[in-house]
Amino acid sequence: MKFADFVVSEAIRAELAAQNKEGVIREMVQALKDAGQIEEDEFESIVKAILKREELGSTGIGRGVAVPHTKHPSVGRLVGNVAISGGGVDFDSLDGEKVHLFFLLISPPDRPGDHLRALENISRQLRDDTFCRFLKQSKTVDDIQQLLDEADNDQFGS
Amino acid sequence: MSEAKATRTVTVANPDGLHIRAASLIAKLTGQAPAKVELIKGSQRVDATNVLQIISLCALEGEQLLLEATGRDADAVLEMLARLFENKFDEDEVGTGEPATQHKPPPGETCRSEAASDGDLSPGA
Repeated sequence: MKFADFVVSEAIRAELAAQNKEGVIREMVQALKDAGQIEEDEFESIVKAILKREELGSTGIGRGVAVPHTKHPSVGRLVGNVAISGGGVDFDSLDGEKVHLFFLLISPPDRPGDHLRALENISRQLRDDTFCRFLKQSKTVDDIQQLLDEADNDQFGS
Repeated sequence: MSEAKATRTVTVANPDGLHIRAASLIAKLTGQAPAKVELIKGSQRVDATNVLQIISLCALEGEQLLLEATGRDADAVLEMLARLFENKFDEDEVGTGEPATQHKPPPGETCRSEAASDGDLSPGA
């Protein structure tokens, strides 16, 4: 599964304003709503579901990366977005470090494999230090989109 | 003198496969063990202390993994790991934090399989 298959370009955010975990999640879900990917009346339900998942254990997986996510019946296919926080956000990560790079995923309940395939793509691409570093240092949405496109075209060494 | 080596085959029993929470539990357990532990799926071999590498295996429900431990207490750490897999990483008790679902993976559902590289995913890099 490539980034182009699930990342909603219009929902990419190059500089998150939020400075805490809930704020980041709300801002990223809002971005997906603004891009027309989720309904207004599902917004709180989705945010609550993602926060509930975080209670089981942080999705801050180290290396300054977090993958907040949930399954939700309101989506017919996997949707996601990418966001950067230049200053970093405390996300209770496994390595104790702040998170700068966020991938948020919302998947339909009846296709668990889609979620895992998206995670596989994310983790495989992040194995390349250059990709990881460039992404965290991105300043514009265009920069981020270009890097995702290059990764999809196997232009990094993953 | 060669180091003690142990191996064990496990099956992913979680309906959602080896996702972040499961990978985190594996990494936490093996990170505290003196032995070096790797997970192997086909031609992919990953460091069991690294969450990103574990996730990159894309291990779905029903797939088998080979656990390999080298060093002190190799058998013991694999025994504990095997129990984690058998208990579905306690998902039946704690849930997955997500709406209850009743589903089966579509037939033939697979992940992209890549030969493992020795890419370093050490935290803090």
